[in-house]
Amino acid sequence: MTTTSTPKTTHDDDAVGTGLQLRDITLDVGDGAAKVRAMDSVNLEVAAGELLAVVGPSGAGKSSLLAVAGALAAPTSGDVRVLGEDLAALRKRGHGALATFRCQHLGFVFQSGNLIPALTAADQLRLAYRLAHRRGARSFDPLPLLDAVGMSHRASHRPGELSGGERQRVGIARALVNDPGLLLVDEPTAALDRKRSHEIVELLAARCHERGIAAVMVTHDHDVLTHCDRVVEMVDGHLSAASR
Amino acid sequence: MARMVPGASNLRTCVFLALRELSFARGRFSLMGVVIALIAVLMVLLSGLSAGLVNDGVSGLKALPSSTSFAFDAGTKQDNAFSRSVVDEAQLAAWRDQPEVAEASPMGVSIVNAVTDAGDQVDLTLFGVEPGSFLAPEGSALDDPGGIVVSGTAANLDLGTVVTLDRIDTELEVVGFTDAQATFGHVDIAYLPLATWQLIAAGEAPGGSPTTEQVAAVDVDEFSVIGLKGVPGSALAAGDAEALAAGDAVAETTTMSLEESFNASPGYQAETLTLSMIQWFLYAIGALVVGAFFTVWTIQRSHELAVLRAMGASARYLLRDGLTQAAILLIVFTAVGVGVGVGLGALMPEGMPFALEAPAIAVASALTIVLGVLGAAVAVLRITRIEPISALGGAR
Repeated sequence: MTTTSTPKTTHDDDAVGTGLQLRDITLDVGDGAAKVRAMDSVNLEVAAGELLAVVGPSGAGKSSLLAVAGALAAPTSGDVRVLGEDLAALRKRGHGALATFRCQHLGFVFQSGNLIPALTAADQLRLAYRLAHRRGARSFDPLPLLDAVGMSHRASHRPGELSGGERQRVGIARALVNDPGLLLVDEPTAALDRKRSHEIVELLAARCHERGIAAVMVTHDHDVLTHCDRVVEMVDGHLSAASR
Repeated sequence: MARMVPGASNLRTCVFLALRELSFARGRFSLMGVVIALIAVLMVLLSGLSAGLVNDGVSGLKALPSSTSFAFDAGTKQDNAFSRSVVDEAQLAAWRDQPEVAEASPMGVSIVNAVTDAGDQVDLTLFGVEPGSFLAPEGSALDDPGGIVVSGTAANLDLGTVVTLDRIDTELEVVGFTDAQATFGHVDIAYLPLATWQLIAAGEAPGGSPTTEQVAAVDVDEFSVIGLKGVPGSALAAGDAEALAAGDAVAETTTMSLEESFNASPGYQAETLTLSMIQWFLYAIGALVVGAFFTVWTIQRSHELAVLRAMGASARYLLRDGLTQAAILLIVFTAVGVGVGVGLGALMPEGMPFALEAPAIAVASALTIVLGVLGAAVAVLRITRIEPISALGGAR
């Protein structure tokens, strides 16, 4: 798969490359007798603007896939390229370089939002912006992004005052703050009812398509796969194309 | 669209999160803050009590120039050396010959019980000094052989009050007061001419008020200690041990600088040691309590910290965030506690040795804050062990 299937996007400043490439990834977790092969010879490419769903039973290695693609875990062997950048080379430059790369180019959407309890919806976005930018935090306006996820009317509410769906919307907005090239989404609908689940994944798909973001979404929820561009299944550390 | 979002986005990034979390968890933080404030109150009160006791113990000595030293007879036990030591004219002369000594003046020290003419029982420390010497109180003349100049803070004594010393019935009249508190060993000082002191110490004082003739007839050349004033800028004036030892060798004395000589006043060392021990315990408790609080706080928000790490916050950023919270908490509530402590200090009953001194309180506050931040630092260090990967998967 190539990146030529460029969707309508303004996000083409990445001359180095786009999307995500995993080549021959193996990941061992634990030591000695407790050692488990969480990923086994995994190959995967996700293009810019593509929403890929990863399904599979619990413990099949879906979260490991997110961790490796999101620079949270180093694979035992294999190559990870995010937006053309070799993560192993970045990791050699130290954890600071990885952290900077994460906040500037990656977006995470966690289960049930995982928002910071102390911050209002607008402040969640402001913090994400501040983590990636040394300057200009004052001029950053979170409202357009909150508007894009339909949450501008809740800008001054804290997570405790938001419903599960609202929290997840804010979580998505927060992940988009720094114009990421790759979005990693972990069970976004785990805590939501059917209607909300569809809304959330639809929203995710729309934002990825319009901004040209490559997205990997791990989910258990087969209902929402209709909104995804492609579905793969992970079983016992192996990846295979899924039958819908 | 209205910018109705509250919050000060003009604050620096590291304070951005810290302040919002402080205000969000204000219940927990104020509980901790109250503990810090109470510790600060206790610290101020202890500091005041400590300074008050020091004043009570040695304010008569503290008023002397810092270049002063005291020569005691060689071999005198240090505790209570002022009233125990006996030195004579020959030793005084030997010190006067020392090149770096600007002034050497004899002083007699004894603690007596007495009764005022109004019938009040009083304790007095008699400081027999040569009138006009640097040891004598400023401003008040000590010409009258039966006159005493007493501490400005002394109770039951007025100008003209006659005190009668117990047993020997010598009568002394108050002729003046010192400007400030002048106490020694928790007893008010009564300055009197050295000759009168020698008359009393020799046991030759008749009843009634001592007369000039009686004083002139005294044939005693002993007194308690020698006060030494070094030539300005000399090693002796600086209290240099070698300079003092050189004179000691000639005069057969043991000389202490002014600060050291405080320890030679009754109970001084025991009191200050006890109080400073309590203060150090307080600092240790403060640091541990703050450390314990931030340990629990960090564990409580470890999932949130993992999310922040996954989002790209560096461990350093999160450490700074935690330390900023600790510093703000400590500074604010130490200030509150100091304020309350100073207010309480003003309400201390008369007669309680209590003195609030700004430098002592400033040092104690700084120690409380610095040690508290250290305690918090040990606690928030666990942030570096939080794995961002734990933000993934089921939680909350």
